[in-house]
Amino acid sequence: MDAVTASLEVSGLAFAYPDGHQALFGVDFRIGRGERVALLGPNGAGKTTLVLHLNGILTGGAGTVTVAGLPVDKRNMAEIRRKVGIVFQDPDDQLFMPTVREDVAFGPAAAGIKGAELEERVRTALELVGMAAFADRPPHHLSFGQRRRVAVATVLAMEPEILVLDEPSSNLDPASRRELADILRSLDVTVLMVTHDLPYALELCPRALVLSEGVIAADGRTGELLGDDELMRTHRLELPFGFDPRSVTMGA
Amino acid sequence: MGAGHAHRLYRHGHSPVHTLPPHTKLAACFAFVVVVVSTPREAMWAFALYAVLLAAVAYAARVPAGFLLKRLLIEIPFVAFAVLMPFVAEGERVDVLGLSLSVNGLWGAWNVLAKGTLGVAASVLLASTTELRELLLGLQRLKLPPLLVQIASFMIRYGDVITDEMRRMRIARESRGFEARGVRHWGVLAKSAGALFIRSYERGERVHLAMVSRGYAGSMPVIDEVTASRAQWSHALALPFAALVVCLLGWTL
Amino acid sequence: MHVPDGFINAPVSAVTGVVAAGAVAVSLRGARRELDERTAPLAGLVAAFIFAVQMLNFPVAAGTSGHLLGGALAAILVGPFTGVLCVSVVLLMQGILFADGGLTALGVNITDMAIVTTVVSYAAFRGLVKVLPRKRRSVTVAAFVSALLSVPAAAVAFTLIYAVGGTTDVPIAKVATAMIGVHVLIGIGEAAITALTVGAVIAVRPDLVHGARGLQQRLRLRVNGELVDAPAATPAPAAARSSHRKVWITGLVTSLVLAGFVSFYASASPDGLEKVAKDKGIDTRTEKHATEDSPLAGYGVKDVSDARISGGLAGVIGVGVTVVAGSAVFWAVRRRRTSDGVSPSSTSQVA
Repeated sequence: MDAVTASLEVSGLAFAYPDGHQALFGVDFRIGRGERVALLGPNGAGKTTLVLHLNGILTGGAGTVTVAGLPVDKRNMAEIRRKVGIVFQDPDDQLFMPTVREDVAFGPAAAGIKGAELEERVRTALELVGMAAFADRPPHHLSFGQRRRVAVATVLAMEPEILVLDEPSSNLDPASRRELADILRSLDVTVLMVTHDLPYALELCPRALVLSEGVIAADGRTGELLGDDELMRTHRLELPFGFDPRSVTMGA
Repeated sequence: MGAGHAHRLYRHGHSPVHTLPPHTKLAACFAFVVVVVSTPREAMWAFALYAVLLAAVAYAARVPAGFLLKRLLIEIPFVAFAVLMPFVAEGERVDVLGLSLSVNGLWGAWNVLAKGTLGVAASVLLASTTELRELLLGLQRLKLPPLLVQIASFMIRYGDVITDEMRRMRIARESRGFEARGVRHWGVLAKSAGALFIRSYERGERVHLAMVSRGYAGSMPVIDEVTASRAQWSHALALPFAALVVCLLGWTL
Repeated sequence: MHVPDGFINAPVSAVTGVVAAGAVAVSLRGARRELDERTAPLAGLVAAFIFAVQMLNFPVAAGTSGHLLGGALAAILVGPFTGVLCVSVVLLMQGILFADGGLTALGVNITDMAIVTTVVSYAAFRGLVKVLPRKRRSVTVAAFVSALLSVPAAAVAFTLIYAVGGTTDVPIAKVATAMIGVHVLIGIGEAAITALTVGAVIAVRPDLVHGARGLQQRLRLRVNGELVDAPAATPAPAAARSSHRKVWITGLVTSLVLAGFVSFYASASPDGLEKVAKDKGIDTRTEKHATEDSPLAGYGVKDVSDARISGGLAGVIGVGVTVVAGSAVFWAVRRRRTSDGVSPSSTSQVA
C-alpha cells in the first residue's frame, strides 16, 4: 500500500438481495496501485456480490466503494465503469458482438472513442493477449482459452485502473492457464483476482484476502494465509492434494 | 399467430437488392405500403400494377416465387376474416351463386385482401433480402429512437436463446405424450412459459452485466457507420415512386 | 389481433399513428426515469419473451385459438413505460420481419396491443398491489387480475378503432361481440401465463419484477461476529421517488379515463348482444364470428348458442371490468390519501 490514493477502497459494505438474502455484512479493504491481490473464499461467501459492487452494478446497500479516489455512485458511473474492468467467469457472457474486433471495440466505443484511435485501442488490446490474428473471427468459433483471452482484451481495451477477474483459471487447460498467467503478469495494472484456485492465487498474487460469511476474515501475504491450516479449515478453503504452499518459491 | 415465425427469413444472396443499404430499403418499403394503402379500392388495375412492381423487385432480388408465396401464408387469419365480410357486412346486397352478399362487404374484402397482401409481400421481400443486423442499423439510421433500436437488438439476440429453450421444452413435453388440445392444458403451457422466462432471463442478465461493466449506458456504440450514396437512394426509391405514379393515376382515372 | 394494411382507413391509421408515436415518445422519457441502464437489455429480453410466447397459441373454444398479448407481463416486469416500448418493438419487428400486422397499421396495432394493454394492466396492477397485503402472493394475484383485464380491454379498443375507421361496414355490435367474447377467453389464458411467469420470477428473482419493488428489508452488519442493524438504510434517491409518484399518478389518471371508457362499453355491449339476438331470427347467416386470430376462425363456431355464450361473457366481463377497475382505483386513492396523511414515509419505496 504504497500509493497515495488507493486503486480500490471498500469500507463498511453491506448488501442484501431483494429476496431477503443478505450477502455482504460490512466488508472493508484497500488495494494500492499496482498491487495484485487474490480474493479467496468458499462458495457463497459473497465474492461475486462484492465484485458487482466494484463498478456499481449493485448499489443501494450500506457502505462505500472508492475507485482511485472516486466514489462509486450515479454521478461517476461512466468513469467508474471505465476504470474498473471486470472479466466475468463465463466468456460466453462477456462476448456478445458478432466479431472479436467489434467486441473489443465495444467498451472504448461506449466511452466515445472513434475512428483511428478506436482501431489502435483494439489492436493494442488484442496484441497484449496474443489474439491479434483473430480480430475478424466470430468469438463463438474460438477455443475456450482463446475466448477467455479475448474477454480479457475487451476489458484491457478500456485501459482500466483496476482489472477484476472472476475465476480466471476455471475451465482452462494447463497450457491456457499458464498463458493467461503470463499475460496477467505482463500487465501494468492493479489486479483483483477472485478465485478458488489457490495455487494460481499463490503464483500470481503476493497478497490475498479471505472473504467468508460476507466479511473479510483475513488479509495478508498469500503464502502465509495458505500456510495457516487453522484459518484455511475455518473458511472451507482446501489446497489441492499434495500441494504445499511453503515449498513453493515465489517469483512474484 | 406464429405460423411464420419459425421460418428462416433471410435468403442469402448478392443481388442488387441485397446490397442496397438497409435504411434505403426500409424507407422504400414503408413508402410503398403507404402509397398502396392510400390507393382507392375501385382502381383494381392499380393493384395489379403494384403486384407487377413487387414481382419485378422479387425478380431482381432473385427471390423465388414459391418462397414468397409460402411466406404470404402469414396472412391467412385475415383472409378468413375477409371471406366473412361479404356475409356479415350491411348495405345493398347482390346474389352470387345463390348467396346473398353485401356489396359493401365484397368491396371491403377486396380492399383488405389486396392491400394486405401487397403489404405482406413488400415486408417479406424486405426481410428476405436484408439481414437482421442490417435492419437494425437501418432503423438506427432512420432515426428510430436509440432505446427502441436497443430493445429490438436485444430482443433478436435473446430471441435465439428463447427459441432454443422453447424447442427443448416442447420436445420434452411432447416426448412425454403431451399435446395442447384445450383449456385443460393451459396450465401446462403457462408453467412452461414461466420456466422459459426464468431460464432466458438469467442467461440474458449475465450478458447484460458484462455489457454494463464495459460502459454500456443504454445505447449501443456505433462501431461501423452505414452510409448510402445518392445512387443507392434513387435505386431503392424507384419502387415507391413508380407506385406513387400508379396511385395518382388511380385517383385521376 | 394483428391488423394488416388496408383494414383501417387512412385517416384513422394516421391518427392512431400519431397517438402511438406520442405514447412511445412519452414512454421513452418515462422509461429513462423508470429504469436505469438496465432498461434496454431487460426490456429486450421481455420483448423477446413476448415475441416467443405469442407463438404459443391457446386453443380457445370450438377450434379457435388466440395468443398472448404480453402487455400486462411487460408492464409488471419492467414497468409501464418500458412495457409500452417492449410491445411496440415486438409489433414493429413483427411487421417488418414477419409481415405480421401491416406497416401502415402499426399505429393501430401499437395503440391497441401495446398501449391499451399496458396502461390498463398496470393501472389495475398498481391498484391491487396497494390494496392487497404487501406479500409476494399479492403480486401474483394482482398480475393475474390485471392480465385478465388487459386483453378484453384491447379488444374493446380494437372495436372502437374499428368503429371509427373500419374500411368495411360490418355492424359494430357483431365485431364487438366477437372480439370481446373471444378475447375474454384469451384473457384467462393470458392471466394464467402472466401470473405464473410473474410468480416464477418473483420466487427466484424478485429484484427483476418492477411491480414488486418495495418488498425490501433492513440491512445488517456483522461487527465482531455480532449482527447489528445497519445505520438507517440509504433513502431512495429523490428522483426515483418523484418519478415513482409520477408513474403512479399517470397510472391513476389513465385508469380513471379507461374506467370511463370501459363502463361506456359495458353498457354498450349488452346492447350489442341484444341486437345480435334480435337479428338472429331474420339473419341466421351471420352467426359466424370473425375471430382473426386463427386460421380456423369462423369455421368452428357452429351454432348460435356459442354466440350467446361469448356475447354473455362479454357483457359479464364488461361489467366486471368496470367494477374491479373502479373499486381498485377508489381504494387506491383512498389508501393513498390516508397513508399520505398519516405518514408520508410509509408509502415510500426503496427502489
